[in-house]
Amino acid sequence: MAQAMFSFAQSHEIDTPPPVAPRRGYWRTVQRRLRGDYVTLFFLSIILLLVLAAILAPLIAPFDPDKTSMLYRLKPIGYRHFLLGTDELGRDMLSRLIYGGRMSLMMGLVPVVLATCIGGFFGVVAGFLGGWVNMLIMRVTDIFYAFPSVLLAVAISGTMGGGVANGLLALTLVFIPSLCRVTEAATTQIRSRDFVDAARVSGASSLSIIFYHMLRNIMGPVLIYASSLISVSILLASGLSFLGLGVEPPTADWGLMLSTLRQSIYVQPLVCALPGAAIFIASLSFNLVSDGLRQAMDIKA
Amino acid sequence: MKNGLRAFSLAARPARPVVVPPGDPRDRGGPAQPLLLVESLRKYFPVSGGVFNRRIGDVKAVDGISFAVFKGETLGVVGESGCGKSTLARLVVGLIPSNSGSVVFDGDPVGGSNGLTLRELRRNLQIVFQDSDASLNPRLPVEESIAYGPRVHGVTRAAAKQTAHDLLRRVGLRPDLFASRYPHELSGGQKQRVNIARALALSPRMLILDEAVSALDKSIEAQVLNLLRYLKSHFNLTYIFISHDLNVVHYIADRVMVMYLGQVVEIGPADAIYSEPKHPYTRALLDSRLAVDPIDRIEAAPLTGDPPNPITPPSGCRFRTRCAFAEDVCTAKAPALGGWRDPAAHLAACHMADRQSGHSRAGQTLPATERPLVSIEARLA
Repeated sequence: MAQAMFSFAQSHEIDTPPPVAPRRGYWRTVQRRLRGDYVTLFFLSIILLLVLAAILAPLIAPFDPDKTSMLYRLKPIGYRHFLLGTDELGRDMLSRLIYGGRMSLMMGLVPVVLATCIGGFFGVVAGFLGGWVNMLIMRVTDIFYAFPSVLLAVAISGTMGGGVANGLLALTLVFIPSLCRVTEAATTQIRSRDFVDAARVSGASSLSIIFYHMLRNIMGPVLIYASSLISVSILLASGLSFLGLGVEPPTADWGLMLSTLRQSIYVQPLVCALPGAAIFIASLSFNLVSDGLRQAMDIKA
Repeated sequence: MKNGLRAFSLAARPARPVVVPPGDPRDRGGPAQPLLLVESLRKYFPVSGGVFNRRIGDVKAVDGISFAVFKGETLGVVGESGCGKSTLARLVVGLIPSNSGSVVFDGDPVGGSNGLTLRELRRNLQIVFQDSDASLNPRLPVEESIAYGPRVHGVTRAAAKQTAHDLLRRVGLRPDLFASRYPHELSGGQKQRVNIARALALSPRMLILDEAVSALDKSIEAQVLNLLRYLKSHFNLTYIFISHDLNVVHYIADRVMVMYLGQVVEIGPADAIYSEPKHPYTRALLDSRLAVDPIDRIEAAPLTGDPPNPITPPSGCRFRTRCAFAEDVCTAKAPALGGWRDPAAHLAACHMADRQSGHSRAGQTLPATERPLVSIEARLA
């Protein structure tokens, strides 16, 4: 009896039986879970199509997006060879939408990427160092937080004048505080975990701990949050160009197209709604893919 | 059946002499020199509040603790939650700075101009935490978690990986099956084995086990305890074993240190403390263990209420507010522990253990706990 109960005593010398489940890394598990999520895959393919169309615009656009025509103004969808009709200056809508996608996607991606790098840096610094550094950085972000983001973007690009570069800068500045917050929260949470202390006891420097241990843990939540900002960025950029602050005519841009076509809404309502539909589809796709990514990456042990 | 239960009890173990195997090249002061000497260690955490968030007090988490750990022994540290056990562990490895006090490792003081640096200390002194899951990076395969320490100290990638695989084998995990796994693919016991391997990766001379087995299932706990005993003899280790489980401490520890509100109340050889506690707090702790035999049960709770606030601890003896034998002398002055450098001494910081203290029971042993000998049939009736 007693002997049977003590049989585990030597267990450290006994090999564990082979496991049933095959081993799988984190990112491979995420991949596998995404593969089963058809909604996310569908919208991901829409994003890929949009990006592809933007890159290959000169090859696939049927007409020059800036070529005006007094004869064919505000033609309906499917009029002759104008697949999606024409705008108020007789420019082909399909070509303009394809070229406009270039600008809109850039306005959606570039500010978010820049803000992720800059805000992420400050967030990691604030979260890792804590104390008064954290206090300083987080209070500054609080000040930015006090303004509504649309107002802030309009104010910044309004002060600096229109143009694509100023629009990008304004959007980047708008996103930095929120990304800084998310990164700081993730960093603070990871920093308090025992494996960071264990690494420190191993004799590791702070930089080594940040790069080897913390970044790969912070990356997930920050990427999810950043991807959800892409659609916001596209919308804000459209808003800026609608107000005449971002892209300047005659450059094709969804927001700008929406703005210039609004006078013709009673003449060709469907054609006028097309840029809005494009913005809607793009931002919806980015949002849903971001959601799918969040779900796929939320792996509990 | 009763024999079976007794055999299963963790307290039943053969007596082991403390032997320092000769010829450890890392040994410096010889077997008589303590591996770790901690003197008057103090850690106060500031408490702020009020209108301007001023400092309004201190939590005296560790308040003047001195002890020695001798080569090759296991020092058990027990005490209820919040008594400062974990703070003590983190202070000793330098994870948090102390307010005052000194740590001496094998004759070398830590810190100061010509002492050991924290980095040198940590090569020799590693820690295993209670939460086996939080102690492992969830985004790293376990072999990389283990190899990280050697890598930081300049070992090549291949050599560090080899070390990791050897250690995995030592802790009972086959490297071909477990090395490239991620923590979420392991059970709690397996994770803690990996943590132990990680702690051993720098081939330290001493391990601090901070509640290292407390969160595990009982059967897994026993396995890991046996693993720890095996590793101790194999790697010539010295342990500080922190736990709130008195049975486990009795099983693994050679000497036991009892803490209460940031201070040491009793220290001595494990068998002496378990058979004849000198401090009423130790007695209460021992009485609070669950009895296996219904005849051994006691009627009254050995200890009631919570420990006093560590911001404003009681004057004199800190235990007097909950002590059945408290007298005026206990309020007036704090009892001292005495000669803690002696490896064989059984000491208690209690006026009853000191003949000259003026306590009415000074010099007497503690009265035995009342155990009403009532048959279980009578109780059930």
